[in-house]
Amino acid sequence: MAFKNDDDKKAYWNENLSLLLKLLVVWFVVSFGCGILFVDVLDQIQFFGFKLGFWFAQQGSIYVFVALIFIYMKKMNTLDKKYGVEE
Amino acid sequence: MDVQLLTLLIVGASFLLYIGIAVWARAGSTQDFYVAGGGVHPVVNGMATAADWMSAASFISMAGLISFMGYDGAVYLMGWTGGYVLLALCLAPYLRKFGKFTVPDFIGDRYYSQTARTVAVFCAIFVCFTYVAGQMRGVGVVFSRFLEVDIVTGVVIGMGIVFFYTVLGGMKGITYTQVAQYCVLIFAYIVPAVFISMMVTGHILPQTAFGATLADGSGVFMLDKLDMLSTELGFNEYTSGTKSTIDVFFITFALMVGTAGLPHVIVRFFTVPKVSDARKSAGYALVFIALLYTTAPALASFGRVNMIETINGPTVNGEIGKGTPYATAPTWIKNWEKTGLITFNDKNGDGNMFYAAGSITDPASANEMKVDRDIMVLANPEIANLPAWVIALVAAGGVAAALSTSAGLLLVISTSVSHDLLKRNFAPNISDKAELGYARLAAAVAICIAGYFGINPPGFVAQVVAFAFGLAASSFFPAIIMGIFSKRMNDKGAVSGMIAGIAFTAAYIIYFKFVNPAANVPANWWFGISPEGIGTLGMMVNFGVAFLVFKFTKEAPQEIQELVESIRYPKGAGEASAH
Repeated sequence: MAFKNDDDKKAYWNENLSLLLKLLVVWFVVSFGCGILFVDVLDQIQFFGFKLGFWFAQQGSIYVFVALIFIYMKKMNTLDKKYGVEE
Repeated sequence: MDVQLLTLLIVGASFLLYIGIAVWARAGSTQDFYVAGGGVHPVVNGMATAADWMSAASFISMAGLISFMGYDGAVYLMGWTGGYVLLALCLAPYLRKFGKFTVPDFIGDRYYSQTARTVAVFCAIFVCFTYVAGQMRGVGVVFSRFLEVDIVTGVVIGMGIVFFYTVLGGMKGITYTQVAQYCVLIFAYIVPAVFISMMVTGHILPQTAFGATLADGSGVFMLDKLDMLSTELGFNEYTSGTKSTIDVFFITFALMVGTAGLPHVIVRFFTVPKVSDARKSAGYALVFIALLYTTAPALASFGRVNMIETINGPTVNGEIGKGTPYATAPTWIKNWEKTGLITFNDKNGDGNMFYAAGSITDPASANEMKVDRDIMVLANPEIANLPAWVIALVAAGGVAAALSTSAGLLLVISTSVSHDLLKRNFAPNISDKAELGYARLAAAVAICIAGYFGINPPGFVAQVVAFAFGLAASSFFPAIIMGIFSKRMNDKGAVSGMIAGIAFTAAYIIYFKFVNPAANVPANWWFGISPEGIGTLGMMVNFGVAFLVFKFTKEAPQEIQELVESIRYPKGAGEASAH
């Protein structure tokens, strides 16, 4: 087995899940929140030549998606090392 | 040099490049053929994934769709990118650790059930065929417009090229050709977009340009002008949509989850050497995809303004144009008229063209022009009067997009037949060499079938796209997620979930799209969800049924639970293998 003991295995998985959950909340808020559910409210705000809600729907959410994956990648590499399960 | 000769040269040169790469990257084993030997660098794999994912629909149709839909076009922009977050966080690393060749392999082994495997194989084949028919059509359209050969010849040429490098190179050949195709298609997409945004706003970056002020010195924001033009002509305001919020929500969700469940996308993550590479690779794939997806909405809005002002005449002092004479119309209008994608109906008999909301046959509307949205990207450089080589480049880009996606899909079809059906079901004892032979044969047959659909497109190609995403969302996605995140989920739960999800989604789509298309209006939809978005509900049905059945049946056996635990951490991931 790759882990030292069962507790480590549980802890690794729980840390992974909590990271996952946090990032998925951000994922949901920028796309479904800012881009869809609250788009009318945000559209009242002018962001350069864009209405803010429209910008999130057609630009902003995509940039955040890219950032989320790289954050996950970085944090998971650290986590893998911490528990000694990296390749 | 004229456009046609230039197009011939540029498209021809790109073909030579693809063939050269295919010869260099021949596949020697099933390992090479299915997963490119499992040794592809994550950045290279990301680029290949991006080319695989961005189809003729992304390249040719998407900006046009957004151009005509305005804000609502965001369902495609977010839906087709957001799925990569799900892939990178919830699927790719675990499936890579699992280390098999195909998605049905995972479903079959994780749920220790031949039934589950077979259900998955048929879903995979169906989803891929739906897709590939549309790709071949895209190749045909580009050829017929720019090389002025008929569509049949265009499709046959395209088939020949794909045949060559898929059958010869398998995943290995495809991966490296796709890298080249990505470069061609992204260059072809960005160059005209940069030209156009410089002309309209003076900005180089299309991403910021469409939020900038116009270059004509008026100080008006580009999008404000577009909103003004749209409302004056009787359309909806460009930056607000016409779809209901719940429908936008459900369609976006279905496209995201569908993306994460599409077999030809998932299989790409089996080709990298390590689990951490699978995460990295998904990140790079999205970077490469985002380049095109953040440019598309800019191209859409510029194209819209340019098109309206070319047809109706420029806006002067806030007064919108009243129409321009048909006799002196630019050549692109005449050219596209020949293909039937632009129609002019001079209702008031004044010899002028005028574009507005409404049908060109309705006497109550002022509109005299019918413009097909599929032409926007291809016609954009002509509308903006860009040099001939840019137009030729766009043609090469469209072909690259269609070919790269077709190849990826055909590979999944051939793997499903040779590996999942033959090797794992009917003929478990065939040798590696024989399996490779069958994989090549299956790819060849699949290409012929795809070509047939490209030449004789069933009227429902556009309709079935909703099908492909809906099915992937309501079948594969929940089954894989539960397989990773719930150790105890059993075969009966997963199989009944998949069947319930698919049956529900398929029934809803078939009813509204084929049985009773007249009833396909928001008033008849459940909770106001259109057939495009129903996959989201299908996914929920899948999860619900699976957990219900699971509650009343025996949990997964101990060795399966241990298997699931072992895919949850990276250490010990070997190369993807068949056994």
